[in-house]
Amino acid sequence: MGSQLEDLKTAIRQALPDLDVVIAWAAGPDGLAHTPLFITSESDVDLVQWDPRCSQNLAGYLPGLRGKKVGIVAKGCDARSITELLQEKLIDREQLTVFGLHCQGALDPEKIAAMADCGRYVRSAEINGGELKIVSSKGACAISLENGLLAKCFRCTGADAQPCDQFIGEHGAPPVLKDAPATTLDRLEAMSMEERFQFWEEQMGQCIRCYACRSACPLCVCQDHCAAQSREPHWVDQTDHPREKLMFQAMHALHTAGRCTECGECERACPVGLPIMTMKQALNRQIKALFDYEAGLDSEKTPPLFQFRENEEHIKERKW
Amino acid sequence: MGAARCIKKDALLTWLEEVGKSRLVLAPRAQGKSTAFLPFDPAKGISLSGLATSSPKQALIPRHEALLEFRYTKTDQVPAQTGLAVRELIPNQPTLVFGARPCDARGFTVLDRVYDAGAKRDVYYCARRDKTIVATVACTEPADTCFCNRVGGGPGDSAGSDILVTELDQLYVLEAVTQRGEAFLLEQKLPDATELADKAQAARAAVRAAMPEGDSLLGAPDKVGALFDEMPFWDGVAAKCLSCGACSYLCPTCYCFNITDESKGGQGVRVRTWDNCMSFQFTLEGSGHNPRATKSQRMRNRVGHKFCYYPTLHDGALSCVGCGRCIAHCPVSMDIRRIVSKALTYEKAAKEHSNV
Repeated sequence: MGSQLEDLKTAIRQALPDLDVVIAWAAGPDGLAHTPLFITSESDVDLVQWDPRCSQNLAGYLPGLRGKKVGIVAKGCDARSITELLQEKLIDREQLTVFGLHCQGALDPEKIAAMADCGRYVRSAEINGGELKIVSSKGACAISLENGLLAKCFRCTGADAQPCDQFIGEHGAPPVLKDAPATTLDRLEAMSMEERFQFWEEQMGQCIRCYACRSACPLCVCQDHCAAQSREPHWVDQTDHPREKLMFQAMHALHTAGRCTECGECERACPVGLPIMTMKQALNRQIKALFDYEAGLDSEKTPPLFQFRENEEHIKERKW
Repeated sequence: MGAARCIKKDALLTWLEEVGKSRLVLAPRAQGKSTAFLPFDPAKGISLSGLATSSPKQALIPRHEALLEFRYTKTDQVPAQTGLAVRELIPNQPTLVFGARPCDARGFTVLDRVYDAGAKRDVYYCARRDKTIVATVACTEPADTCFCNRVGGGPGDSAGSDILVTELDQLYVLEAVTQRGEAFLLEQKLPDATELADKAQAARAAVRAAMPEGDSLLGAPDKVGALFDEMPFWDGVAAKCLSCGACSYLCPTCYCFNITDESKGGQGVRVRTWDNCMSFQFTLEGSGHNPRATKSQRMRNRVGHKFCYYPTLHDGALSCVGCGRCIAHCPVSMDIRRIVSKALTYEKAAKEHSNV
């Protein structure tokens, strides 16, 4: 992977003089997760990292940087968010330079921390072939990368970033992964309505209302003007009832219906690990069934809920 | 320290169950993928491995607290006249917080200076504080995100605790730190452990000695304060911030709140809920003006409050206890240590962009 990283740095260095900022990843506070990096000077380029620890989807920063010439490094799934933002005209293609990569999967630091039985003080961590080697306070251990991947990687629809202005490295297929974990949605669909309600009541009871799910969502563009924190209209009150928190999640899911690319940032960001992407997945299944549409795959298409057609192929209104 | 008692590790749950008969016991418990301080349930056990995801500040400043209930009433004499019935809800629940860490307990001292400040006593906070015993478990294995030793604390410190608990092989040694802790400990049917006190102290000292040293951040107030008008610095450090509230809400010292009336029909409740300075709405004024409209300004406030404004008001005590929750759980792996270190060495003239 070394040479791909060097190629990426070279490409960024070359493009930087014409750009206001390039968003990439750098080493994070511990060896298990990298962190977003905003490059504005050539010396910043030395900090760039690229490996499976680059978990964050950087596309969410783009709408906030509109009006600037921005470069962005993107994995396959990140590029789907970029496509969706382009489809919705929330960002401008001509202002954007995408450095595309082929991704072999992104790591879930919390999953790794739970699997790594070698102490809480991570002294160093490095990726070697298919393994993450961790040296920690109680010794050393190795984790197979495949076991530490984010749940979304098991449903990867395309590992190569598209759209892209400069592709770094070789194109390739999504990683072939065994043993995809059962999704919360599968589990929920096997439950009765009462059980589902109980499930969400329990999950929402744990929510601390930090709104990291919303802030991390690349398609949540209301951000500072979110109805969840508004007193007028007063759709969600401030009491700590699961009902209020579920109400916000329902709003979030409905606002992203037919737009969500299942990048998983909402779940990844959640500090208490709630399976909140499930609601968006459920809506996406409906969108697929009704409109045969998946978000973020084609920048020329109009998302189904952004248009009105008198006759929908799969909605037989007159036969109701 | 005062009285010392001990308890075998395998008898801990039975003891907590016994304590639970006369007071609410809040202890860390795993639920789903996180750990939080929840009412103790012997069937569900407790989780003392590492630091809980949420801090125990919930015990003293709940995420949501009903301050009072109100109800509008109509009188039949004058139809236009409305009466108002108000009922104050002062907490009155004896509580034991078991399993806080030394950073968490130090966090309580940060809250005390604000909510129990001489003439300005917050009745709700003080009612809880007066009835709460804090039993802190000394750390045995600091994580890489821990930095209590850089902000004036340590993995075996007793500040803010009523009882300090130290692990010794198959035992927990409980030592009284305050008079309140002493009185509580003497009530317990636990064997005396005075002769183990030295051993416990040695165990704590060993953990402290093994914890990697970092540069002290205690000198931050002047440097951070001097950067107030240096917006390029704050723009740089805040660029990747998402403006969510994960850091504030997991923090053991963030104490800001919101008060709202939530009513339905003619009755309702006045609630005090956690608020968070990283949110746009935090400083949004009624006029529509927002003095902290950008995330750089909000980041400056968060770091400034912890490392400059608070210590300036409170004899140099930082309002960061180095628990590292904000680092471990930040969606974009923001590291407050790097921001403060950067501030300590930042040269204004250089006008450098500050990537952290």
